[in-house]
Amino acid sequence: MDDDLIIGGEKFSSRLIMGTGGAPSLEVLDQALVASGTELTTVAMRRLDPSARGSVLDVLRTRGIKVLPNTAGCFTAGEAVLTARLAREALETNWVKLEVISDERTLLPDPIETFDAAERLVADGFVVLPYIGDDPALARRLEQAGCAAVMPLGAPIGSGLGIRNPHNIELIVEAAGVPVILDAGIGTASDAALAMELGCDAVLLATAVTRAQRPDMMAEAMRSAVRAGRLARLAGRIPRRRYAEASSPMNP
Amino acid sequence: MNVTINGTAHELPSGATVTQAVRKLTEATSGVAVAVNDEVVSRGAWDSTALAEADRVEVLTAVQGG
Repeated sequence: MDDDLIIGGEKFSSRLIMGTGGAPSLEVLDQALVASGTELTTVAMRRLDPSARGSVLDVLRTRGIKVLPNTAGCFTAGEAVLTARLAREALETNWVKLEVISDERTLLPDPIETFDAAERLVADGFVVLPYIGDDPALARRLEQAGCAAVMPLGAPIGSGLGIRNPHNIELIVEAAGVPVILDAGIGTASDAALAMELGCDAVLLATAVTRAQRPDMMAEAMRSAVRAGRLARLAGRIPRRRYAEASSPMNP
Repeated sequence: MNVTINGTAHELPSGATVTQAVRKLTEATSGVAVAVNDEVVSRGAWDSTALAEADRVEVLTAVQGG
């Protein structure tokens, strides 16, 4: 079945977008990325450390995975815009996962700074994928501002709490004309499947895989879960009923 | 001339360029980006951009994250 994910005019056959944070080594990360089947993977921008050996970029390049720089660690629109521009320069991509957080304890996205940065980055020619709360109104406004996708959270980053407000995710999906990517909060495979069943176009996760006891095995589980959830969404689930409906003939 | 490179003080010859500042940390030319006083300096301009006293140079690269 031909069922490509299209973001900013680019096609992906995998609907699982991976992050790279939290992996104990580049070898473990490499195995997990391969097992996940991902075609798009995030990296962060940080000060160059001359003592660092090996690079996440080498892993992505070797595996032919498109790099998606993020603006993790930014607290203001100004910081995020500068980080995106540096990423564009270093990685030769105009794609950016826009992430502007409000505080270090919750890492929840700041909607005001995020919207401000999104407008500036769209005007500067970026393909902007903003990380946001599960807020249908903000998602719509960001789409109107020219973002290529919206990335509502399921739960706080790294929390593994799953999708705390499935209803809001459905509302975002219903109204969206750009891909909706469930980002953050995924704990295990059923969370990823649920995101897809709710109608999300893709799932972005990192911690659930990189900090699992067997990252490569969990990556494979996520790959299957995203595919299963997508198929279930397309297939159309049965309505929920209050009482039983016999699946075997009742007459003798 | 004193400049700050990634938060650390460095002494560079007067009129030193962005390239010379980057070389304090790495020989790499790809996968690296530079901002001087919060303005991006594109790679093609590293050789021709002279630094000034007290400039803040940031040399960034991609790391695991997100």
